[in-house]
Amino acid sequence: MLSQHLLSIATWLPILGGVAVLATGGDRNANLARRLGLGFAVAAFLATIPLYIGFDARTHEMQFGENYPWIEAFNIRYRLGIDGISLLLILLTSFSTVLVVISAWLVIQRKVAQYMAAFLIMEGLMIGVFSALDAILFYVFWEGMLVPMFLIIGLWGGPNRVYATIKFFLYTFLGSVLMLVAFIYLYYRSGGSFDILAWPAVKLGLTEQILIFLAFFAAFAVKVPMWPVHTWLPDAHVEAPTGGSVILAAIMLKMGAYGFLRFNLPILPDASHELAWFMITLSLIAVVYIGLVALVQEDMKKLIAYSSIAHMGFVTLGFFVFNAQGIEGGIAQMVSHGFISGALFLCVGVLYDRLHSRMIKDYGGVANTMPVFAAFMMLFAMANTGLPGTSGFVGEFLVILGAFQVNVWYAFLAATTLVFGAAYTLWMYKRVLFGAVANDHVAQLADATPREIAYLAALALAVLVMGLWPFPFLDVMHASVEHLLQQVSVSKL
Amino acid sequence: MNMPNILPAAPEIFVSSMACVILVADLFLTERRRVASYWLTQLTLVGAALITLRGLDAAPAFAFHNMFVQDYLADVLKLATYVITAFVFAYSRDYLRARDLLRGEYFVLGLLGVVGMMVMASASHFLTLYLGLELLSLSLYAMVAFQRDSTAATEAAMKYFVLGAIATGILLYGMSMLYGATGSLEIAAVRKAIAAMGADNMVLIFGLVFVVVGLAFKLGAVPFHMWVPDVYHGAPTSVTLYIGTAPKLAAFAVIMRLLIGGLEDMSGSWRDMLAIIAVLSMGLGNVVAIAQDNIKRMLAYSSISHMGFFLLGILSATPNGYSSSLFYVLIYTTMSLGAFGMVILLSRAGFEAERLVDFKGLNQRNSWYAFLMLLLMLSMAGVPPTIGFYAKLLVIQAVIGINMLWLAVVAVLFAVIGAYYYLRVIKLMYFDEPDDQAPITAGLDMRVLIGVNALALLAVLPWTGAVIDLCLKAIKG
Repeated sequence: MLSQHLLSIATWLPILGGVAVLATGGDRNANLARRLGLGFAVAAFLATIPLYIGFDARTHEMQFGENYPWIEAFNIRYRLGIDGISLLLILLTSFSTVLVVISAWLVIQRKVAQYMAAFLIMEGLMIGVFSALDAILFYVFWEGMLVPMFLIIGLWGGPNRVYATIKFFLYTFLGSVLMLVAFIYLYYRSGGSFDILAWPAVKLGLTEQILIFLAFFAAFAVKVPMWPVHTWLPDAHVEAPTGGSVILAAIMLKMGAYGFLRFNLPILPDASHELAWFMITLSLIAVVYIGLVALVQEDMKKLIAYSSIAHMGFVTLGFFVFNAQGIEGGIAQMVSHGFISGALFLCVGVLYDRLHSRMIKDYGGVANTMPVFAAFMMLFAMANTGLPGTSGFVGEFLVILGAFQVNVWYAFLAATTLVFGAAYTLWMYKRVLFGAVANDHVAQLADATPREIAYLAALALAVLVMGLWPFPFLDVMHASVEHLLQQVSVSKL
Repeated sequence: MNMPNILPAAPEIFVSSMACVILVADLFLTERRRVASYWLTQLTLVGAALITLRGLDAAPAFAFHNMFVQDYLADVLKLATYVITAFVFAYSRDYLRARDLLRGEYFVLGLLGVVGMMVMASASHFLTLYLGLELLSLSLYAMVAFQRDSTAATEAAMKYFVLGAIATGILLYGMSMLYGATGSLEIAAVRKAIAAMGADNMVLIFGLVFVVVGLAFKLGAVPFHMWVPDVYHGAPTSVTLYIGTAPKLAAFAVIMRLLIGGLEDMSGSWRDMLAIIAVLSMGLGNVVAIAQDNIKRMLAYSSISHMGFFLLGILSATPNGYSSSLFYVLIYTTMSLGAFGMVILLSRAGFEAERLVDFKGLNQRNSWYAFLMLLLMLSMAGVPPTIGFYAKLLVIQAVIGINMLWLAVVAVLFAVIGAYYYLRVIKLMYFDEPDDQAPITAGLDMRVLIGVNALALLAVLPWTGAVIDLCLKAIKG
């Protein structure tokens, strides 16, 4: 009975948990809210583990399917299921939420219950996005997720939070509504079905495909975000509280990339090939130009935000070279970036909680007073530059390999990220952590607390495991990626 | 000679008799017992609902020489009207008492307005339609002016009356042209005559234009919207609540009976008119609402934009489109009810929470009410998972179904613009510090009802399919 509803449980357990946490009321019961929040986050994480254990990596078919009528008049169904692509992202989501809850333990003192609840509800909605197989259900989760994030940035964010959060909301909302129009159009073209899995079989002309591609692009490119529609991200990241930044970088950006895989490639193969040059160009601009932009940032969070955009450029580059290395590399990069960017934002959070500044110039010589912390951050910084042995290497290597097969220059430009990435990450690391102690504030810093060590260690472990033994991560996606490649190689014209 | 069969009109007869009873009974009530009129009114609505429910699902029945019809559509609209009006009266009671407005006449006028709406829902003849419309309008004019010491309310009533009378005149003029062209006032006969003579008759088209203008006036759609902000703003909030909710259902009824029941064969002509009106309404309503600092005015412009969305379903001229409009209007009235209910909830004796800034810091003052308002605003903006999204989804789907892709794109873009001012209310409630620390007090029934009202927008989700089926059934009979 339960085993047939694993995905529903993974989706709804955190949402119900969020409601339960909200019910604890005001800040008088803050401790209860924290414990309840952690309890539900851990339970939700445990609930997603059976998905990995029970997953059959030999097939591309959707697994753990659930399919019930919902709005019968328009054939809208409550339909869930996952393949090798969504599986990893779901695990990443439930894993990150646990860390976010722990990291907020003492940092958040105001409206604790609402904070915990917002993250739990968002977790459920994000898992819903990755498992929905009905377009309207997908859209509901996709948009619903904006609301908790809007509140998180606006309630617990920095000084310019209202501007950042409204920009975030409207920017992503604008992208999504065009996707909705495309969904409805496909509904009619497919003879009245919102079934995502049925859409690849719908015959579409090239002009139609390109228009639908652009509508999807508006939604997904904003979420990824791709240059030039990335401008909401630095604002949102800088103003968001640490937990918000982690979820934004680790999960939300992946949704855009996931959307390209789930919708653009299989449903619009001809438009994907036709517009591949466009996608690759934007991706390479993100890798090279945004890499350079990251170099000159003075705010650590902004720097990591730009680094995220550059790394996500790698992901989209991998998708649109249309070979197994590229796509698997892109997915691996998504997962790895989830770990690394989350970890880096948590590191900045650790510093920010102590000095209340994100400016690089306010730090210097932190390694002298916080050696344990410095060791962790070193690992994550190295992973961010794609050092072999860390998770960052796997994806970048595969993507470059995939790009090589198509065009040497793609690979060459993509590989510049190894230089720029190293430059901006390590230069920041040097200025913040190395050197003499810069000022009295830094001199008084206390090293990482056991709680901080706990979540940093969990991420460090993930980064190393994926870097040293990527097999369990790559193995589950082979069949699904093969199937996807097959779909994208068949012309509909 | 047989007794004419008046049974199909039993609910109308019951409510109008009860209105007379309450009017008389109220004379004998002392000030302290005045609340009895309120309870009698609520009982009337319950009684009417029971009578309507008894006749539900029966085959369409005509009365008064085919001037009056009782069918599933009429029954659904009437039941929705009872529920909405019952909520309106419940929200209004304490508000009226605090302003010394708790009079029997208020409820009598309200009930007569309900009768007007019921007659409109059941009209199968131009004259019946006109009768219901006037009954509703006259009650509303008087209700707006109910707070007679308030200059704003008097001004609003005057504007409403003058413009409303013009609109009625235009509608009537259009009907007379249709009568001239077809030789009948009975809607079914008009339809037959049009089918026989063809839709491009000049007199018919002239008549149609006037009818559409009159209806647009009543709906408050651009460019015939001028009365909406002033009336919503000037009227006592409890009256705004009344005007902003149930009459929209009645307007839907008129459109169904007149435009679709009688003139569906002319859809080629009215589709373009409605498309223009819809685009203008969505555009102007959403853009101008951004500039408002008074929440009643903001909600007035929001209502204009919602009427634009509502028309999308109608103009698609398909049964699915009509049912999506019915769904839209049901959802919209629920949202509007809740939003004005929140304004009433935050007001107290001597203080009207009319300005947007009065919502500042509501999350700190009372996070439950802030959450309810959050749901209402999100639903109005059409953000999933609230039900407001499905309402927009269906009308947009209807428009894409007739290949008017451009209109769908325009609609969703205006929805994004509209999201801004709803988000601003959320921003004020959640991200700002409160200016006003006064505790928010409300009676138990008000607290329960507003909770039910707002949570319904979320709780109905698993049953969305059933509600949509109900709308489809109401349209297809």
